[in-house]
Amino acid sequence: MTNPLFRKHIVSINDISRNELELIVKTAAILKQQPQPELLKHKVIASCFFEASTRTRLSFETAIQRLGGTVIGFDNAGNTSLAKKGETLADSISVISSYADAFVMRHPQEGAARLASEFSNVPVINGGDGSNQHPTQTLLDLFSIYETQGRLDNLNIAFVGDLKYGRTVHSLAQALAKFEGCKFHFIAPDALAMPGYICDELDEQNVSYETYSSIEEVVPEIDVLYMTRVQKERFDETEYQHMKAGFILSASSLVNAKPNLKVLHPLPRVDEITIDVDKTPYAYYFQQAENGVYAREALLALVLNETIGE
Amino acid sequence: MKNNHMQVEAICNGYVIDHIPSGQGVKILKLFSLTDTKQRVTVGFNLPTHDGGAKDLIKVENTEITKSQANQLALLAPNATINMIENFKVTDKHSLTLPNEVENVFPCPNSNCITHGEPVISSFSIKKSKGNIGLKCKYCEKTFSKDIVTEQV
Repeated sequence: MTNPLFRKHIVSINDISRNELELIVKTAAILKQQPQPELLKHKVIASCFFEASTRTRLSFETAIQRLGGTVIGFDNAGNTSLAKKGETLADSISVISSYADAFVMRHPQEGAARLASEFSNVPVINGGDGSNQHPTQTLLDLFSIYETQGRLDNLNIAFVGDLKYGRTVHSLAQALAKFEGCKFHFIAPDALAMPGYICDELDEQNVSYETYSSIEEVVPEIDVLYMTRVQKERFDETEYQHMKAGFILSASSLVNAKPNLKVLHPLPRVDEITIDVDKTPYAYYFQQAENGVYAREALLALVLNETIGE
Repeated sequence: MKNNHMQVEAICNGYVIDHIPSGQGVKILKLFSLTDTKQRVTVGFNLPTHDGGAKDLIKVENTEITKSQANQLALLAPNATINMIENFKVTDKHSLTLPNEVENVFPCPNSNCITHGEPVISSFSIKKSKGNIGLKCKYCEKTFSKDIVTEQV
């Protein structure tokens, strides 16, 4: 049977159904256990990063090579016709997509991946478009949750930090809202609270959520603690110093945690998770980053193979 | 209504957009490019209403309003009415229904949206939630209030 993601563009988490999300995380789990180095054999993947990236680009390119594919592309748009000669992104996409079997891209402008999907002859995979979407981050987050909790339904998940501008928390909340019985706990400075439009979407889907003022309040009941960085530049220095203490996770904050609790973070962290957390059994952010390779392998394998033997 | 007809000259054939919220008439003139037409266009701004308020009114001669224009009007002035006129009589009334999407009318208010400077038309899906109308850009996926998007006219 043809898998439903075959030749599909992956632009926004909103375009991916619950069944497709489950297929991706289950495929990622299989590929993590049983490497399949020929799934992308003879495939050429364009990896075009019009904006700097470390983890996303390297994990995509690792995923392509681990599956036997070949990478073409660039990690800096500065030397492209787009920057040097004023070519439109639409024309760049039309040309590059004719060279490759799939097109992975990151771009500083919102909507770039959607536009690319309209001009590309091959599947486009969004590696981040400005402040909008970063669906593969959400896929690796979901895979890490599935791997550690054994399910994506009926979870208690706390989101901490910058919930206003953090696209990872928006996308993860939107993705988990597709599953049954998840309850969200939001912990953020007032100035960085979850945006109204996300809360409206959750209300429409009857997803339960509450806001709290400290991490310790929710630790005893949660399964996943999703930390994000509160960016210093969004506050003045005095305000930042006063406020940040409430949104830092240390090992002592986790004394009442359930044994299955896992702490996730999209990285890079600065000081919002103290290093004593790294040694606790709850820390999972480095494994989560590693899972980026398997989640991206799964996505590429599904998009480029009509069927995948299990 | 009779009073208004006395305030703004009747037309023989064409259409009348009535009950436009005061101040929106200029936007509609611009949006429908009525300042460029060769047909006679009669406008009334701040006309008194029965309830003591004010409204704008636009009459366009020898022209039919398009479905697309009616959809745009539903966004800008959802309580407006459109009357089709033949031989000085109202022959038909168009009711306004909020469209599901609006394309190629308003630019995206997000200055970092890829639609600016690329060969694509703007496209918004329209969502009504808790009495507010929001427009979500197909490309940048940001949702804006109706007023912010229509301000771009």
